[in-house]
Amino acid sequence: MNLENLTRTSGEWLRGTGPESDIVISSRIRLARNLAAFPFSNRASAHQKAEIETLLRERIAKLELDAPLEYINVPGLSQLDRLFLVERHLISRELASGDGPRGVALLPLETVSLMVNEEDHLRLQVMRSGFALDEAWQDVDRVDDALEQKVNYAFSEEFGYLTACPTNVGTGMRASVMLHLPALVLAKQIDKVFRALQKLNLAVRGLYGEGSRASGDFYQISNQVTLGKSEPAILNDIRQVIPQIITYERQARSTLLKESKQSLQDRVARAFGTLRSATMMTSEETMDLLSSVRLGINLGLLEDISMPTVNELFIHTQPAHLQKLMGATLDGEERNAARARYLRSRLREPNPN
Amino acid sequence: MKCQYCSNPATVHLTDLVKKQKKELHLCQACAEQQQLLKKNELNLQTIVQVLLGQHVGPLPDELARLTCPRCGIKFMEFREQGRLGCPHDYEVFRAGLEPLLAKIHRAGRHVGKTPRLQPPAEQVSELLQLRSQLRAAVEAEAYEEAARLRDLIRRKESCG
Repeated sequence: MNLENLTRTSGEWLRGTGPESDIVISSRIRLARNLAAFPFSNRASAHQKAEIETLLRERIAKLELDAPLEYINVPGLSQLDRLFLVERHLISRELASGDGPRGVALLPLETVSLMVNEEDHLRLQVMRSGFALDEAWQDVDRVDDALEQKVNYAFSEEFGYLTACPTNVGTGMRASVMLHLPALVLAKQIDKVFRALQKLNLAVRGLYGEGSRASGDFYQISNQVTLGKSEPAILNDIRQVIPQIITYERQARSTLLKESKQSLQDRVARAFGTLRSATMMTSEETMDLLSSVRLGINLGLLEDISMPTVNELFIHTQPAHLQKLMGATLDGEERNAARARYLRSRLREPNPN
Repeated sequence: MKCQYCSNPATVHLTDLVKKQKKELHLCQACAEQQQLLKKNELNLQTIVQVLLGQHVGPLPDELARLTCPRCGIKFMEFREQGRLGCPHDYEVFRAGLEPLLAKIHRAGRHVGKTPRLQPPAEQVSELLQLRSQLRAAVEAEAYEEAARLRDLIRRKESCG
């Protein structure tokens, strides 16, 4: 796959379409699977890992999906390209930084990603724009069905799909929905929502998963329990809470509009102004300002810029994307200058809509 | 509460049972470290998770600590330190240690949900796992003739299945 072609788009998860896409960015499901007759990746020798990779790569190549999958050998990628795929949510940090033979099979549309020799031998991931858990489940279930006819998965009647970490055993499924919740953050209500979710055994994480801070007001909500509940039941747990959170965010937005429209307008205008004129920009600041701009567009406070452009800027200003767009390796300071230059050039363009 | 050794606030509280006598210790961080009750650990996510996982399992009975998986060679202690199991067979071998852990994490102990349609006979799978473990040991011991024999055996078994 030519990664350069991907740089020009924003990928599936920031496409900005799909149900409730003003608040729900994307839906994602991943399944953890292991081969029955091999030790788990962390315990496998380099030779065994090579065997696992060859076996899975061959089986994956025989899958008949809507489009042909393309297999990328991860150790053969530069650090920059690996980070690029992490930023697009196509591979995990663990796969990017691990060692030994490993790879990822991707659909050109970036909706399906099959990681080989991650913490588990196989991690199947499906991503959909907007609130589309059911569609994502149908897709990933279908790929899993097709693969399980070609390989022997490690499975026990009692514990389900056996995984390297007991936190994933059972269904091996992690389903997550990414939300943009700027108004709940502004209204300082977000912690209450999180505490409630944790009581329901759901996890809340930032944009780039475990340990990452919620930059740009993006939050991922996912299941913690994988054993003792069927896949539809787990999906249902998440599906039921999301509409309520959407309602809270909408209420917070309309309260802001009613009670502090002027200061909100000021915030959005300043964010847009800074993005359009600053000469040094960190990734963090960019995310925060773009978040305000995104909120502004959704509330009709800003019309000089389109939503697809903002969504694209969220990903294009990430370190690896930026460097690929500029065609050069840049250190931190140079990146901040290049990021500001890029933002200025993109935001000066007339609105295509 | 104050530390029993100095007058700083006690943050470490230990209760020990010696000959049915309850013995309590209240120490500050510095004294606890001096008494080597606490290791100076950098507080990172990995350690916290391990400690929490450890606490979930509770005190480790000797027999559990000594358990080793015959297929992949991992010890239960190693699993507790790393948080990762070595092979699918560990779920059987470490059952006694894993069951309370699974109950804490998932509040359940039995799988409900999808089942693969294709399931190989269990004996065949465990035999292959064992052969692979032997192969690895042979390679490490540089016993290449034995390794070649095992490799061919694995190939034959796999092509039958």
